[in-house]
Amino acid sequence: MRIFDPHIHMTSRTTDDYERMAAAGVRAVVEPSFWLGQPRTSAASFTDYFDSLIGWEPFRAGQFGVRHFATVALNPKEANDPRCRPVLDLLPRYLDKDAVVAVGEIGYDSMTPEEDEAFAAQLALAVAHDLPALVHTPHRDKARGCERTLAVVAESGIDPGRVVVDHLNEVTVKLVRDSGCWLGFSIYPDTKMTPSRMVGLLREYGTERMLVNSAADWGRSDPLLTRATGEAMSQAGFSDDDIDRVLWRNPVEFYGQSGRLDLSDLEDPAAVDPQTGNSILRGGS
Amino acid sequence: MTPDSLRTALRGVPDPDWLDTALRRVATEPTEITRLFPAAGRRCGRGALPDAPGWTADDAARVLLLTALPADHAAYADTLYRHGDAAERRAVLRALPLLPIGAAGVPLLHDAIRTNDTRLVAAALGPYARHLDAAAWRQAVLKCVFSGVPLAAVADLDARADGELAAMLAALAAERHAAGRELPADATDLLDRLTAALPREA
Repeated sequence: MRIFDPHIHMTSRTTDDYERMAAAGVRAVVEPSFWLGQPRTSAASFTDYFDSLIGWEPFRAGQFGVRHFATVALNPKEANDPRCRPVLDLLPRYLDKDAVVAVGEIGYDSMTPEEDEAFAAQLALAVAHDLPALVHTPHRDKARGCERTLAVVAESGIDPGRVVVDHLNEVTVKLVRDSGCWLGFSIYPDTKMTPSRMVGLLREYGTERMLVNSAADWGRSDPLLTRATGEAMSQAGFSDDDIDRVLWRNPVEFYGQSGRLDLSDLEDPAAVDPQTGNSILRGGS
Repeated sequence: MTPDSLRTALRGVPDPDWLDTALRRVATEPTEITRLFPAAGRRCGRGALPDAPGWTADDAARVLLLTALPADHAAYADTLYRHGDAAERRAVLRALPLLPIGAAGVPLLHDAIRTNDTRLVAAALGPYARHLDAAAWRQAVLKCVFSGVPLAAVADLDARADGELAAMLAALAAERHAAGRELPADATDLLDRLTAALPREA
């Protein structure tokens, strides 16, 4: 089972996690920039964090044979702090980097006017830099947050096929599916989504545009829940090809739209699109 | 390695026109380098260059972009390093000996040697490390041994290695032996060469 975790905060994880992930089949990850639990108080604090996402963390991942990519943005929580807003002006230089494969996490936390502004401005940056966007949905008031998210996405003019709306559940899945956006599911030990519930959603809605991530971070979370979801799919009768689509080919296709998803050092004969016979690993580059 | 030989070695890259255009652009509109520099890996590839041993296409292209600047090389090297990802930083470090900047790039070497990223530590110990003072250079060589960077990365190694470095290597060897571990073979060889040579110097 080859696994691409499209959303995991490796900065908060240990080398033990990298070892266990690699052993479980995780060969590539995307680390979205987000908040760190402790609120930051200046833009400079963000640049050190972003530099780590495109410097030290990929080096750390590489020691375990895991390819590491990132998404960069001012997250919705900290968009509300005027001391952090200057981060928006620093983003363009990061959006030119090889390993930055999307703008994210953007979206809503408490649905404030400040979040509205930062969200719209960063969707515009995604369009200007020809990058996909990773959109976080709020944990409170999620259904209305999701509706408002999709309205802002539609208004921005970005192609919905270049947007993933993340942290979905049974209540929000249909709305996002109908929008044409990709659907992200964060499998957590017992909150956002579980492997067995995920299998139910895949049965009901199919595997197209479905992305499964662990969203593991500094909170209670588990970087192997992608693997557990693959195993739950297998037990429920999904084929190896279905599992490979959800856990590998879908994230490769989504982030490949950046033109920057260079997985050439992981390439193997199995990594060929069964429909076209072409290598699917290089994205658009 | 000279800019001309890198230029020749880059002839076979996937998009040679992009590089030609980028180099002309940088010569006339130097600020453009801030967007061209990060894009070089995507446009020229990252593979090894057969005609330039030890060089990859992205490193070589970025070094050429820096040498194509008409002026202010030190300031651009500083900014591109500080705003760069690890690959861009490595390319800046490798460009330093080819730029007309004297010792102005030394703070970048210190920054790279402070990291634990072995790609950066190795790149900091190329020919430009002649500007490092002896104490910093010895510590950096020892860091290579400690973190498994092959000593082949260190320019002028035998010419510069001295009794103090030999003493530091011997102490590390003793520490390793006490723990039932060995020094890497290239470090043992260096220590052997130094201890063979030193009594005659004394």
